[in-house]
Amino acid sequence: MANMIYKGRAHRFGDDINTDEIIPARYLNTTDKQELAKHCMEDADKDFAKKAKPSDFIVAGKNFGCGSSREHAPIAIKAAGISCVIAENFARIFFRNSINIGLPIIESKEASENIKSGDILSVDMKSGTIRNVTRKESYKFEKYPPFMQRIVRSGGLMNSIKKGAK
Amino acid sequence: MGYTITEKILLKHTKLKDIKPGLFIDAKVDICLGNDITAPFAIEEFERLGAKKLFDKNRVVLVPDHFAPAKDMKSANQCKVLANFAKKYGVKNYFEVGRMGVEHALLPEMGIVLPGDLVIGADSHTCTYGALGAFSTGIGSTDLAAAMITGECWLKVPESMKFIFHGKLSKWVGGKDLILHTIGEIGVDGALYKAMEFCGETIEGLPMDDRLTMCNMAIEAGGKNGIIAPDKITERYVKSIKNKVRSGYGKFYFSDKDAVYSDVREYDASKIEPLVACPNLPSNVKPVGKVKNVPIDQVVIGSCTNGRISDLRIAAKILKGRKVKSGVRLIVIPATQKIYMDAVDEGLAKIFVESGGVFSTPTCGPCLGGHVGILAEGERAISTTNRNFVGRMGHPSSEVYLSNPAVAAASAVKGRIAHPEEVI
Repeated sequence: MANMIYKGRAHRFGDDINTDEIIPARYLNTTDKQELAKHCMEDADKDFAKKAKPSDFIVAGKNFGCGSSREHAPIAIKAAGISCVIAENFARIFFRNSINIGLPIIESKEASENIKSGDILSVDMKSGTIRNVTRKESYKFEKYPPFMQRIVRSGGLMNSIKKGAK
Repeated sequence: MGYTITEKILLKHTKLKDIKPGLFIDAKVDICLGNDITAPFAIEEFERLGAKKLFDKNRVVLVPDHFAPAKDMKSANQCKVLANFAKKYGVKNYFEVGRMGVEHALLPEMGIVLPGDLVIGADSHTCTYGALGAFSTGIGSTDLAAAMITGECWLKVPESMKFIFHGKLSKWVGGKDLILHTIGEIGVDGALYKAMEFCGETIEGLPMDDRLTMCNMAIEAGGKNGIIAPDKITERYVKSIKNKVRSGYGKFYFSDKDAVYSDVREYDASKIEPLVACPNLPSNVKPVGKVKNVPIDQVVIGSCTNGRISDLRIAAKILKGRKVKSGVRLIVIPATQKIYMDAVDEGLAKIFVESGGVFSTPTCGPCLGGHVGILAEGERAISTTNRNFVGRMGHPSSEVYLSNPAVAAASAVKGRIAHPEEVI
């Protein structure tokens, strides 16, 4: 993941997008990831799952993923093929769940303020750059702290503890 | 430089000599918790990794409470995953329907969480136990899987915010109003990643049930944990638990005088009125008088926020000898079996049923739009629960107002949002 470059279209959302909007509780009676993906972002944009193409981006304002601890939220986003979520900042449980399951997330106020729905983006995780191809702009972002990079490099939390489990 | 209570508890659960906000730590957990929504993913991960045993059979807690008693076949399967896992790996604290309750009411009541503990739970309202002077926080399913194996969890040490409450509470005002006031002041991200420490003479006099309500909703301000320094009320609470699961009474930690806070806020609690959080955010808070004429279809009294016996007593006081307004549904859900029995013994259940309400078995149920009271298109509820997001209790066009149990009960009588004084 650390060396990845993602390209795709931005789907824009506002502030305080909560986990009930990302994956409503009425769909939490399953652990089938593809089933969850079908309802991704349904209560924020009921057509999102149809519109989103693999490698697209979710771009939001502040406090993305607030509310419940349901890991179904980042799982639904990842299974829907979204390459990366960009927001001004994230609610803390959503943030750690994303790190733990290997869904790339980026905090950037500048990107959050300037990217519009439909913009074509190219994100370079290694250099920490978001290129807005449509608007011919680019935004820098802070990479994860070393502690989180270790989890990400291992391919998620479970892989990073594998040694201890044996 | 001193430590806050949060920093002290975290430090005690590491091998480190010093700790400061921003530091990443691997912390030992005393208790890790999952429910019928979050544990199935954790169990999948646990088994996928080929783990053979739990780090400690006594310290893993599984509670099927969200969609239990199972609302449909898929939910029944999820509950079964928990039951099978508990049996296979010898989970001591697995609570089947009939013994279970809403997890964050159940764990303190059973003496599973004690002061000074470090608790993680795959449920965002795990922050409730801060009321006992414990560090407790919500995490995800993968975190739970990892903790069940290693007994550890990675955490970033949070900065602490201090909230000081002065003065005596007005009648019909409780812990729910104090926390709604706080969230209304700082917003749903006002304490993002931070510890919320509640103190001041108002808190020192606040009963444990109200403290649990306050810490329960720290997450609604984005907080990592809510916490209240343990005192005589804490000691009395822990010592009064019958057949306590854990031995001992925990360890009391206190913030140092020179502890560092990122923000300190002071509120005059005597000026706080009963409050209502309007759709669609818990921060959209108004005094009940400002929303008095909003008609409602349903009233829910229950949940990990306000489903405890003192909440039911307050609601019953208002409903006694009165009727729920025609066309309005009142759903009362005691949070645990013990609370259910106490409510029966004290005659509260009779009051609710005679008023025209229903008295349900414990479940999270309608709080998250699960079951036992889902809202239809365009319907409106007032509820003692903790979230009022779009579609939280049912149809995306339905609306939820959050309040304390007194306001909810008064609203049931009036058929519109009402101040308790309009009724009693």
